[in-house]
Amino acid sequence: MKIVYTDSLVIGGGLAGLRIAIATKKRGFDTIVLSLVPAKRSHSAAAQGGMQASLGATIKGVGDDEDVHFGDTVKGSDWGCDQAVARMFVNTAPKAIRELSTWGVPWSRVQKGDRQVVVNAEKVTITENDEAHGLITARDFGGTKKWRTCYTADGTGHTMLYAVDNKAIEHEIPVHERKEAIALIHKDNVCYGAVVRDLITGELLAYVAKTTTIATGGYGRIYSVSTNAIICEGIGQAIAMETGVAALGNMEAVQFHPTAIVPVGILTTEGCRGDGGLLRDKDGYRFMPDYEPGKKELASRDVVSRRMTEHIRKGKGVPSRYGDHLWLDITILGKEHIDKNLREVKEICEYFLGIDPVKDYIPVRPTQHYSMGGLRTKPTGESPTLKGLFAAGEAACWDMHGFNRLGGNSVAETVVAGMIVGEYVADFCEENSVNIETGLVETFLKQEEKKIDELIANEGGENVYEIKSAMQKIMMDYVGIFRTGDDLEKAVKGLKELRKRSKNITIKNKIRSSNPELVEAIRVPKMLKLALCVAQGALLRTESRGAHSREDFTARDDKNWLKRTLTYWRNESDEMPEVEYEDLDIMTMEMPPGSRGYGTDNTVHHPDTAKRVAEVEEIKKANPKADRHELQHLLMPYDLPERLRGKNERVGRGFK
Amino acid sequence: MSENIEKGRILKISILRFNPQLKGDKPKMVTYELEEAPGMTIFIALNEIREKFDSSLQFDFVCRAGICGSCGMIINGQPDLACRALTSKYPSGEITLMPLPAFELIGDLSVNTGKFMRAMSERIGSWIHDQAMDEIDLTRLEEKMEPGLADKIYELERCVECGCCISACGTKRMREEFLGAAGFMRIARFHMDPRDKRTDDDIYEIIGDDDGIFGCMSLLGCEDYCPKDLPHQTQIAYLRRKMVNLR
Repeated sequence: MKIVYTDSLVIGGGLAGLRIAIATKKRGFDTIVLSLVPAKRSHSAAAQGGMQASLGATIKGVGDDEDVHFGDTVKGSDWGCDQAVARMFVNTAPKAIRELSTWGVPWSRVQKGDRQVVVNAEKVTITENDEAHGLITARDFGGTKKWRTCYTADGTGHTMLYAVDNKAIEHEIPVHERKEAIALIHKDNVCYGAVVRDLITGELLAYVAKTTTIATGGYGRIYSVSTNAIICEGIGQAIAMETGVAALGNMEAVQFHPTAIVPVGILTTEGCRGDGGLLRDKDGYRFMPDYEPGKKELASRDVVSRRMTEHIRKGKGVPSRYGDHLWLDITILGKEHIDKNLREVKEICEYFLGIDPVKDYIPVRPTQHYSMGGLRTKPTGESPTLKGLFAAGEAACWDMHGFNRLGGNSVAETVVAGMIVGEYVADFCEENSVNIETGLVETFLKQEEKKIDELIANEGGENVYEIKSAMQKIMMDYVGIFRTGDDLEKAVKGLKELRKRSKNITIKNKIRSSNPELVEAIRVPKMLKLALCVAQGALLRTESRGAHSREDFTARDDKNWLKRTLTYWRNESDEMPEVEYEDLDIMTMEMPPGSRGYGTDNTVHHPDTAKRVAEVEEIKKANPKADRHELQHLLMPYDLPERLRGKNERVGRGFK
Repeated sequence: MSENIEKGRILKISILRFNPQLKGDKPKMVTYELEEAPGMTIFIALNEIREKFDSSLQFDFVCRAGICGSCGMIINGQPDLACRALTSKYPSGEITLMPLPAFELIGDLSVNTGKFMRAMSERIGSWIHDQAMDEIDLTRLEEKMEPGLADKIYELERCVECGCCISACGTKRMREEFLGAAGFMRIARFHMDPRDKRTDDDIYEIIGDDDGIFGCMSLLGCEDYCPKDLPHQTQIAYLRRKMVNLR
């Protein structure tokens, strides 16, 4: 039996995982990162357009601050987020971006003087301030009041990931590559590490740790077409749920990005529209202003994706052998801009579509993109039910995104949560010691070994690839952008059936060492559990909120549904997840529920909303002299690790 | 898109098969025949081969969008990213796939570029060296940088560590410890960055020998095969000039 001991075990080598590892290592704790792939190949690298942080250096960002970023984030979430967490996030984002600047990210900078930009299909000249020259600049993104998305061309995730991984290398943090955590070790509601399979040798090892952090990204690959990397299969969330103790939150909240290329589903960044790109239909007609006269192409992602789908349903899509699509037109931006700021997009168009976006329209369609759901955590990042288990980034339901995430807020979340949760993980390491019998470790190892033996021996006749693609098809067909009770029932029924079949998987390749088919056979039953959580959560949620849009229940129903879905899988023999709910308390919200400002507002309000609105007004009236920081604290106190509490400086404004 | 592809052409894909994990396994070429689909890439073709013909076939893909650098392999004799290689680019319909040489073989088309690149990063200190970094107050405005300089640094930072330059390098074949173009590019990137406080002498200590910049025979396979079109030739020449003039 091989056991590796450490203080801080981090599962996942993307931005969130690496940043947590750096935090705990800096505080003096032994730290190991496990990763399916070399860390620099993690899906974080694919983030193109940028990271939101309210620096307000560009002229189009003047006036931006934490309050504005907070408002956009809460609205974007359709009031489904945890507002205290959103506050923690917006206050830390400027620090995170400035830290990354010292670590080497070559953020694009403000150039003083005049420059031409495209706003609402027109070329306009903006004049950047002299005093902002050389500070980190920002571009426009959907659902934001200010230009807040900081970037390095359209390779933002790449430069961030390289800087953070390089930092981890400097700190001599070992990344154990090609290792997959397949179960968590736990007892009496405390997590002690993970059972890990070496993807090359096939060996099973136990990693025993004071803290275990899940930072494995999203679960997009339960859908057949997704912008996600093919490793984003949600296994981190699944093994957490399989403890029977930890819960997954809001799994039905799945985001579809408006502009992935057809048919392969590779992303073209929101920066295309942020920089002035337009959506056009089969007649070359720009249709978004008809639906959303205010924000047009730059409405929130969920809204744009729905409008595009509506427009295609009206027969306005461009027919192709892969089904109807629409056009993304960035020709108006010109060659120079595209070559410099959208070059990854250009490469993708050249290689995968054989077109030149300087001259040609790009065929796009809304495509699965982001998992708002994940391992439910407290604001500290720790599971409320399984002590010592933490999560950060897309893998977590921390919950700053609620039912719809803003573009630029995910890559920001990875490093911000990494900084914040990393400190809490280190605190936990400081305050706790591991008391675990090797007998328990052995039991967990043997259990997983037995499962693999059975998988290899199983002669039930089912093909793992067929089951996987059937699952992905069900999710595409029945749990998409628009959902109905009938479809969701079909999904649940189909997935239950597949789960039964998955117990009879026969693999052809019977070796224990590096074996891609065995990897699938281990993962697919776990993915089916996640898919069932998504489908069942969506079926039960009889309202529309953010990215969860029910055609049979079109209103956002705060009265009955201002709550977070929690799914548990308490016994392996259970056919279905157990679904519970956690109320969001309006009376503690800084920003009581209101309208997002898209389409007609048919929200069914909760009786507490009016009460809280009045209360907020009273607090404001009673404290006329309070500055915005003091007032914020009066409305909704929240906590942060001490070193992250400071106010953020902005050019021309100081710390106000 | 790929309308010029004749639907249903039969592709012959020959792959070097070898699993070092299996005792007694010997390298061999195996040819698989499959029907070409419109817009098919080698990524799609390999997955189809694995699902339909041989589930033991090993290869590495992550982003499948040309961004992560996982899928470098030798395609018809030339190193390239397999995820974005359309099968329609090969008129004969015959495609030969080999693992990238110069890296530890994991199995079939999968090689351990991760281990190599981590060692490279450790060797050259692939991070910003600044003693004062930890004292920087993150609540304050960031240090300014000329916009043009930031753009230039990004140009050199676009390397995805795919390893194509290392596989295409003649010098690397002869000198086991040769740093290779990915390493030089990284050095050039940090050398350009004013946030990194290393002096030219510090850089000389890292690359000022025959396993470093003076070993390069200027065959420039790196320049020819870099999937990101990084300016290897210019940067290698620049570093060499800089180092020669130093001592």
